[in-house]
Amino acid sequence: MKALEFSDVSFSYGEEGFALKKLNFSVEEGEFVAILGHNGSGKSTLARLADGLLTADEGEIRVFGELLTEKNLFDIRKDVGIVFQNPDSQAVASLVEDDVAFGAENVGLERGEIGRRIDFALRAVGMESYRTATISRLSGGQKQRVAIAGVLALKPRVMILDESTAMLDPRGRKEIIEVVRKLNEEEGITVLLITHFMEEALLCHRAVVMNRGEIVMQDAPANIFRRREELLTYNLALPRIEVLCNRLREGGIPVTDALEIETLAEEIAKCVS
Amino acid sequence: MLKDVSFGQYYPVKSFVHGLDPRLKILFLIGFIVAIFLAKEFLALGICAAVLFAAILFSRVPIGKVLRAVRGILFLVLFTAAINIFFYQGERVYWNGPAVLLQWGIFRVTQAGIVFSAFLVVRLVLLVVCSSMLTYTTTPVALTDGIESLLTPLKWIRFPVHELALIMSIALRFIPILLDETERIMNAQKARGADIGSGGPIRRVRAIVPVLIPLLLSAFRRADELGDAMDARCYSGGKKRTKYKKLRFSWRDLVGVLLLAGVIAGVVLMRFYPVFPL
Repeated sequence: MKALEFSDVSFSYGEEGFALKKLNFSVEEGEFVAILGHNGSGKSTLARLADGLLTADEGEIRVFGELLTEKNLFDIRKDVGIVFQNPDSQAVASLVEDDVAFGAENVGLERGEIGRRIDFALRAVGMESYRTATISRLSGGQKQRVAIAGVLALKPRVMILDESTAMLDPRGRKEIIEVVRKLNEEEGITVLLITHFMEEALLCHRAVVMNRGEIVMQDAPANIFRRREELLTYNLALPRIEVLCNRLREGGIPVTDALEIETLAEEIAKCVS
Repeated sequence: MLKDVSFGQYYPVKSFVHGLDPRLKILFLIGFIVAIFLAKEFLALGICAAVLFAAILFSRVPIGKVLRAVRGILFLVLFTAAINIFFYQGERVYWNGPAVLLQWGIFRVTQAGIVFSAFLVVRLVLLVVCSSMLTYTTTPVALTDGIESLLTPLKWIRFPVHELALIMSIALRFIPILLDETERIMNAQKARGADIGSGGPIRRVRAIVPVLIPLLLSAFRRADELGDAMDARCYSGGKKRTKYKKLRFSWRDLVGVLLLAGVIAGVVLMRFYPVFPL
């Protein structure tokens, strides 16, 4: 089943031209998709449209087959969770558990169920020991994990991360990607990872490259990264590990596109011995 | 310097006072403020101070942290004290020596003036300490719930009680974030040669403008982002909403009520039957 389906969706923010132009795009249930693109490529607009925070000028958006309209926004938002960029402006409450409870309270769940959802969500992001901590004292990565937990408490089937790693340090970024991968594998949640860090796309099933409101490339990440020159025209740089592989090949060490540090290390070891 | 502002911040430990019903704590604060204003003599303030001190001990909030809250209004306290020392007109003699200690034009330092301004200082400090104790020991969410619950009667006239309470708690939550932001902007301006915090008053005020405008802009942007994040988590006002944390009245609260009633009754009585009047 298709979790998200955009057909001929256009959107503009006014006179500055189109943010999205006749976009056709879909995500299968259980898929882990990365959306890559430079600033202004329309990738965040896509996220906001999928959650009904923006309304498309033209075209249709379907979530699990259901057409997104003004009327079913509230129900759609239970299915589609979105985590934003700034770790400091997403939390409503000061304490971790109060903030995670916020969404569950909004949809009118009873207290026992809210408690169970908090347990589940905090465990899923590995923050269970911070349940009564003050959010403002957490690190950026921890704050974003709490934000993910706040979305998880609504038990969404799709989770969109709208540049949620952009303001984090490398360690925080790694934490978030790890959590998201786990959610996709273990909970079967469909993930849409919007980012401009190429490294983060390595783990996903499919990478989509956007440029000026259009999808310009769409393939498995390994195939995308092979098209280096094309990526450069969209102002996207290769992940460092890809750069290393290329250099090794140029230097006469025949490695394949490993994309994972461990496998690459093994290949190099083989070549050397 | 901005990091010192501790008003409205929660101090996360588990204690007797933290566990009290927020409604009770809000009423306690209101009652306490009334009592402090009704107090006419040092003994009455002393009783208030003793109860407050006990509350601080039982709350496990470090005394230093509580006094930090006073530092924020230090200027106000000193100013009030100075005004009263120089202009208070009483003639009463409290200790051996002349009633008027110093006379210089319209400035007059009297024994009564010194005693009275000491009284005002104690009163102001108590006010600040008891209000900051409320926010130190009550999470913004509990505070919101408490206010919402206390204002419930207003729902009858369709007053948006839930929304008001939520706005207040978000405001409290954003204090440290906006303070950080202010500091960041100030540092950025300083790095580019802005001169903040020197020169005469007019120059100082003008130097604030380039800090204030980016701060306001960023506050609006944050408000926008928070609004989106709330929308995305299905927020749609107070109607269908449930609460994870229910307010419950327990034995601790009974202790608190009795204590509060005792203090207020004592202070009111002392107003009519003063023990050591000023």
